[in-house]
Amino acid sequence: MTTVSVDAEAAPVVVVAESVARRLTRLAAKTPVYVFLVVIGLLWLVPTFGLFVQSLIAPSKINSAGWWEVFSTPSLITFDNYRSIFADDAIPSALLTTVWIALGGTILPIIVAALAGYAFAWLEFPGRDWLFLLVVALLVVPLQMALIPIFSLYSDIGLFDTVFGLILFHTAFALPFAIFLLRNFFIGIPRDLLEAARIDGASELTIFVRVILPLGLPAIASLAIFQFLWVWNDLLVALTFGRNTQPITVAIFSQMREFSANLEVIAPAAFISLAIPLVVFLMFQRYFVQGLLAGSVK
Amino acid sequence: MTTATDTAEPPPSGAPPTVTGWGRSTLTAAAFLAPAAILLGVWIVYPMIWTISRSFFDRSGDGFIWFENYQTLFRDDRLFTALKNNALWVAVVPMLVTTIGLVFGVLTERVRFGVAFKIAVFMPMAISLFAAGVIWRLMYEKSPERGTVNAAIAVVRDAVDPPGVLSAARPSTEALRGTPKGGLVLADGVEAGSVARLGLTGISTADIPAGAEEAVVPEPLQGGITGVVWRDFTPGGGTAGEIDEGELGLSGVTVELRDQAGAKVAEVETEANGTFVLDDVGSGLYQPAIGPATFAEPYAGVSWLGASLITPAVMMAYMWVWAGFAMVLIAAGLAAIPRDLLEAARTDGGTEWQVFRRVTVPLLAPVLSVVFITMIINVLKVFDIVIAIAPGSVQDDANVIALAMWRTSFGGVNDFGLGSAIAVFLFLLVIPVLVLNIRRFRREL
Repeated sequence: MTTVSVDAEAAPVVVVAESVARRLTRLAAKTPVYVFLVVIGLLWLVPTFGLFVQSLIAPSKINSAGWWEVFSTPSLITFDNYRSIFADDAIPSALLTTVWIALGGTILPIIVAALAGYAFAWLEFPGRDWLFLLVVALLVVPLQMALIPIFSLYSDIGLFDTVFGLILFHTAFALPFAIFLLRNFFIGIPRDLLEAARIDGASELTIFVRVILPLGLPAIASLAIFQFLWVWNDLLVALTFGRNTQPITVAIFSQMREFSANLEVIAPAAFISLAIPLVVFLMFQRYFVQGLLAGSVK
Repeated sequence: MTTATDTAEPPPSGAPPTVTGWGRSTLTAAAFLAPAAILLGVWIVYPMIWTISRSFFDRSGDGFIWFENYQTLFRDDRLFTALKNNALWVAVVPMLVTTIGLVFGVLTERVRFGVAFKIAVFMPMAISLFAAGVIWRLMYEKSPERGTVNAAIAVVRDAVDPPGVLSAARPSTEALRGTPKGGLVLADGVEAGSVARLGLTGISTADIPAGAEEAVVPEPLQGGITGVVWRDFTPGGGTAGEIDEGELGLSGVTVELRDQAGAKVAEVETEANGTFVLDDVGSGLYQPAIGPATFAEPYAGVSWLGASLITPAVMMAYMWVWAGFAMVLIAAGLAAIPRDLLEAARTDGGTEWQVFRRVTVPLLAPVLSVVFITMIINVLKVFDIVIAIAPGSVQDDANVIALAMWRTSFGGVNDFGLGSAIAVFLFLLVIPVLVLNIRRFRREL
């Protein structure tokens, strides 16, 4: 499971010396496949590219011109839309809110899940396996089951419309999977390392910080990237528990009622909101795919 | 769950364990587990119980109404649409996504630029389903001027059936009669040597053909009919039927000459100044007419965001996102198939298709079912992309369970009883599929 990535190469095929003619025949046979893949690949990029180019079209023209028209009329392109959304406060503050929620919603569940994962993997206590089973069973609960009661709870205790409230909700729903993943990873850490530390008189907390966390880093990194994107991309939770505390998705959503009229805000804001996860994805592609492969139960 | 007991039995640490097992290590474990326990208890377990019990109460929360909310789920038209739509999602999307993933996975397997292709197809997975929704909302705009999908269709349609230069024009005087469909005909016939004036109005400035010149009245021609088609409109003045100063000729208009029986005998296109010449006309009366091709409406575009197509439209956008997921998982499965197995099948004389059907697909079956089942769960919970693509007015038609749950609870109706019932219903649908997936997933590991 851990060796797979987007660019997983097929196992090398042993190549016996081939005549040029045969190689040409093979190439000719593959040409339709090449053409098909190039066309489909480009087609897959068109929607995102289209949004990007549309977001560059001058505000006066953005409602009447299609993005492809910039190729015949390059003067349509300006950065005015981006300049004006950054001149206004709404989108930048929504971006900042998103950053806080995404960071908090990534760091907190990882700390909590790592502590629990360590306990499930290496500490002795009665009912351990049953408890672990119970935690994993919570994976099946869709977050819709908690929206209404937590909405009421947050309204009562003043967590409604706060960044902290959103972080706590994301944390709780990240835990079943995070604990499952980290416990399974931690259990693979050689026992000798832990015992050596125990004999040296290290406390469990020291072992956790000095041994488990550094050795568990690959799993933690994978989890962190996956969770960061998950929280960054969330709409449902923030829409339910926030009103003025708006991450970027909700800020864009509130403009969607007048889609055409607000396109000069929606298009650039949507592109910024997707550019950040895209960069994270391209930088940490391998980790992301690992998280995804492991996370296909979520 | 068996691995938990088999693999890890760390020796008791420090002091020997007490008879009951409730020693120091248990306390340590409790400390390690406490944050997770509180979060899971308060944010998942307690709400779960609360939602289940709330689903048996009415909107106010005071009246216990047994299963009435669940009955409403099937009786209310809007909610029932959501169930039907979600059933359609489950029936269509997982199957198609898995198939597309399989095709892409197999095709990219031994192609040199396979990596680039995979990144392109996988990329939508990184962005939010909401942002994907915004992207496709733009793609699906009805006007071919702006909506990419309709623009692409328009290119094909206009090549087959080109639009007229003046789709919105009307005659400026009573002299021209008829309908745009049959062509506008000059009511009084003309003979050879006369000049026909065909005035049109109702043409917006943007629709005037490029390079139009000021209209002129052409000289009469011996043995032929000449004439002019012009925009018979001067802002704030001008006489209808007369060519006033500054009025523009209309180029590219198809002028037909019809005989007394109404049959077309000649056809010509107008010049930049709107004039046309039909020479070698026989004797007798003829009727010049502006042909119907001139008035052909430009392609209006498919109404993807309308009530009838919204669900397939959202599905397509959703598959654009998830195809990459299926492809990557299946490609990983393909890479794990032993090469010599496939080579052996080929050596035994199997064709590529036979090898694919009889060897590759059966070996991939576990991966394919993981993808398929995962997609069923995802599709049952689909929300963001629907709310992003479907405009408010068609959200009832695009409705799905998760969207119905949210709209019932927070979208104005604010019926927590019914909302809870929808949430529980979704929960019940997800459980069997997820249990299946977890069991399979653990076997894979």
